[in-house]
Amino acid sequence: MSTGTALRAEQDKGRRAAQNKEKWAQGRTYISAAVILIWCLAPAYWMVVVAFREVGFTYDTSILPTHITLDNFITAFDTSFGNRFGQALLNSIFIGVVVTAISLLIGVFAAYALARLNFRFKYMVLGFILGASMFPGVALITPLFQLFTNIGWMGTYQALIIPNISFVLPLTVYTMTSFFREMPWELEESARVDGCTQGQAFRKVIMPLAAPAIFTTAILAFISSWNEFLIASQLSSDATQPVTVAIANFAGAQPQQIPYTAIMAAGTIVTIPLVILVLVFQRKIVAGLTAGAVK
Amino acid sequence: MATEVGPTPVKAPASGGTPIHHGPKGVGEDNKILSQGKWAAWLLAPTIIALAIVIVYPIISAIVMSFQKDAGLDPATGLFTAGGPAGVQNYVNWIAQQCATPGGGTVACPPGTLGAQFWSATTTTFIFTIITVTLETVLGFWMAMIMARNFKGRSLVRAAVLVPWAIPTAVTAQLWLFIFDFQGIANKLFNASILWTGSEWPAKWAVIIADTWKTTPFMALLILAGLQMIPAEVYEAAKVDGASAWQRFRMITLPLVKPALMVAILFRTLDALRMFDLPYILTGGANNTTTLSILVINQIRQGFNAAAALSTITFIIIFIVAFIFVRFLGANVVEQSGATGKGKK
Amino acid sequence: MKSPKFLLPVATAGVLALTLSACGGGGGGGTTTGGGDAEAGLDGRGPITYVQGKDNSNVVRPLVAKWNAAHPNEKVTFKEQTDQADQQHDDLVQHFQAKDANYDVMSVDLVWTAEFAAKGWLQPLKDKMAVDTAAMLPSTVAGASYKDTLYAAPQNSDGGILYYRKDLVPTPPKTWDEMMQMCSIAKQNNIGCYSGQFKQYEGLTVNASEAINSAGGSVLDKDGKPSLNTAEAKEGLGNLVDAFKDGSIPKEAITYQEEESRRAFQSGNLLFHRNWPYVYNLAVTEGSSKVKDKLGMAALPGKDGPGASSLGGHNVGVSVYSKNKATALDFLKFITSEETQRFYATQGSLAPVLTNLYDDAALVKKLPYLPVLKTSIENAVPRPVTPFYPAVTQAIQENSYAALKGDKSVDQALSDMQKSIETAGAGS
Repeated sequence: MSTGTALRAEQDKGRRAAQNKEKWAQGRTYISAAVILIWCLAPAYWMVVVAFREVGFTYDTSILPTHITLDNFITAFDTSFGNRFGQALLNSIFIGVVVTAISLLIGVFAAYALARLNFRFKYMVLGFILGASMFPGVALITPLFQLFTNIGWMGTYQALIIPNISFVLPLTVYTMTSFFREMPWELEESARVDGCTQGQAFRKVIMPLAAPAIFTTAILAFISSWNEFLIASQLSSDATQPVTVAIANFAGAQPQQIPYTAIMAAGTIVTIPLVILVLVFQRKIVAGLTAGAVK
Repeated sequence: MATEVGPTPVKAPASGGTPIHHGPKGVGEDNKILSQGKWAAWLLAPTIIALAIVIVYPIISAIVMSFQKDAGLDPATGLFTAGGPAGVQNYVNWIAQQCATPGGGTVACPPGTLGAQFWSATTTTFIFTIITVTLETVLGFWMAMIMARNFKGRSLVRAAVLVPWAIPTAVTAQLWLFIFDFQGIANKLFNASILWTGSEWPAKWAVIIADTWKTTPFMALLILAGLQMIPAEVYEAAKVDGASAWQRFRMITLPLVKPALMVAILFRTLDALRMFDLPYILTGGANNTTTLSILVINQIRQGFNAAAALSTITFIIIFIVAFIFVRFLGANVVEQSGATGKGKK
Repeated sequence: MKSPKFLLPVATAGVLALTLSACGGGGGGGTTTGGGDAEAGLDGRGPITYVQGKDNSNVVRPLVAKWNAAHPNEKVTFKEQTDQADQQHDDLVQHFQAKDANYDVMSVDLVWTAEFAAKGWLQPLKDKMAVDTAAMLPSTVAGASYKDTLYAAPQNSDGGILYYRKDLVPTPPKTWDEMMQMCSIAKQNNIGCYSGQFKQYEGLTVNASEAINSAGGSVLDKDGKPSLNTAEAKEGLGNLVDAFKDGSIPKEAITYQEEESRRAFQSGNLLFHRNWPYVYNLAVTEGSSKVKDKLGMAALPGKDGPGASSLGGHNVGVSVYSKNKATALDFLKFITSEETQRFYATQGSLAPVLTNLYDDAALVKKLPYLPVLKTSIENAVPRPVTPFYPAVTQAIQENSYAALKGDKSVDQALSDMQKSIETAGAGS
């Protein structure tokens, strides 16, 4: 009897220790998460605070919002002086979506070939693709300008989309290839044994497993296209300019004045769609994970 | 290696049954090797064409131009005239820092010319690359490990991590310029009076901090995706075997996440070596923060052919770095898959 | 590890390109055109495009609308560039290199005019294309000319103004030495004495050449050769360096562009402040301004009288590739007409190029800085007029920055500047 109680006490102690350890681990996770949030969001917070400040108080350094106004957001969307921020937002989204979709599609093709097929020149192809990420982007503008002028593409959407695709493709192909390599491809073969075509097997078995990788690559591609400025600043027209160019077009009321508040407002507006995008896609990540677990 | 961690594949039917192919035409068992090459060509064609138009064409035209002289002034008319062939003078201008003189010879480029900045810009570029990529890798790994855990508010953290990266660089640079202003919030918060953009190391750190802040999410996301590919059972098994957290990290996490990590580091390095916007807007390249890309664009405004030579040199430098990476650090995405592929068939 | 093999093709591509280079070609570096384009299209009339950077205060649109109403068959389309000068420059260069006939008339920053003229991209404004410049401020005409030929019409001007605290300084200083003596007033009030713009950027070229010109020196001589190894240049740059050393210019001014320095002055932390006319409006209207009723304006201080401001502003040029140059010329004249110049001033606070407008009572009432600005522009020296401006400004910025920070002696900085500019003329 007494031994039994002692044993139970011992077990309780062990369980409590385990629980404590668990709690401690959880606690550490939350502390780390908080640190990450502060690191990532503090400068962005400052952007938002400045975005809501009156122009006359641009340089105020109170940590909390002061001299609050919506003027900067109204200015950002004001079209009377030839700003096309709204249009530019749509352009950026359109260009980003097309670039992401196309580069993922052809990137997945290429990655599948590189990870799964045996063929000669594989290393040459890999080197070629990587080599495309080695030339200074600033030096691409002049040749591209001349090329697109010659074929009459200046200011068109394709003149912005095709360079962007090329910029994100090397990363897309490399990421997808490295992930495809890690896939349990035996599953694909067993699915085919079960009567799936190769295409079906790829779609139904491999794609769900690769979902986190594909999602990640998609986000990377989209943001990189979203951020692109140099090429767009020279190759776009008023009608096709993306949001980065539109922000560079912001001007103060006076010649040398830098419109910090309006730029910060634009930065705030531009960040929001991306955050929403990520929150929506969260489900996809989770779906990918569960599929992985069930396998 | 990948197959070791994966669950045991479902057993193929013991007897007979040749699998039925509804699959793509021509992928019969017999001519597999042959048709794989053909398939690969089709699958790779779009990628190669896209890169050829936008990257290869400009690279080749830049290399061609780099052997031409930039336009010089005709003293009589005051108009520019085409420079003609330059031989390797454009390259000598950068690497040996020898500038042409009006008389026709060359002199050591005096301070204040772009040619004099080549080696310091190269050093600066490497300093930026080494420090930022290291910081981003460590921070990114840590962030990814946290985000891979299960806790309330995880999606919030995941969305928040992307915020720095989602803000366009043009805005980021202005934001940090604003933060690092002498009377800005950074000096106020830390009660300091540092001339952030006015002296060498503060200026360098300003660029490094801004770049690390901006691009760590890139690392974190790629590493997170790698972490998610590791089945939870592997960790459970290791825990049962009594492996410590550190052991689990070293023996399981690190090797399994290595392919993704290497791709992330490789591409970050290539990008960092071409860093442009942040230092350009933050410091204008003053105080030894001129990177090779800034030098390229400054030179483009002074003469395109010399800039083409500098672009080509930059390309070669980056090529060498990539070579070292792949050769010695094993950032090779297909090596093992090629081996397993051969082993299986 | 078979890895190295996979980088081989990149190298192959390089070799391939090397062989290609033998076949010449390689379109479009900075090479020039022959003279033929300048003779073509002189009588052409029809729709044209006008290219300009961001239209800050909505000046261009009303003007274009007015023009279009009067010229239904020769309509002007406004193509707006970004707000950033570098990008405006690069955009123009790209279009010129592509011989784009759709960029007919463009607003060209003063400092690019010589470069574009020497590249053969701007239509010389002579003979059939002549523009009457008699009524314009001579320094603005000089800033639009290259090798004694007018290549563009002055569009608007800009010059430096010395802002000061009239509550603390009863009469503004006329010379640099006077100003430095008044720094004791700043010390008594515990504020900084003087600041212009000293970050390493275009603004430093403006400030450094102002210092050199005001002391009687010059960056380039009449033939466009550098002339910096002179006692005057040394005194000019030395003035700034000494002021930094003894704290008359606060040390943080080494990070100042226009906006940072304006804020320092507006928040009451500076006694004297060199900046452009735009400061006036903001300093008297912005809510955070502490100098609203204490703002004085004067010409920049010089050696023994008004200093030599660096001239800012824009010119309008006609592309040699334009097909409708007759229309373009009419539009140029429209832009430089008194009516348009007055509109620029009232609507956009842009300084006129016509001398008589500076004494116009109605305008002065609206823009009280005009008389001071007139002195400033009359004494102004255009920033070095040279087709190698990017290289010249780089040489000035880098070396004067090093001198201001004390990394280099004034002598060394000037002699490096001199040598850098000498090599710039030689191509590369």
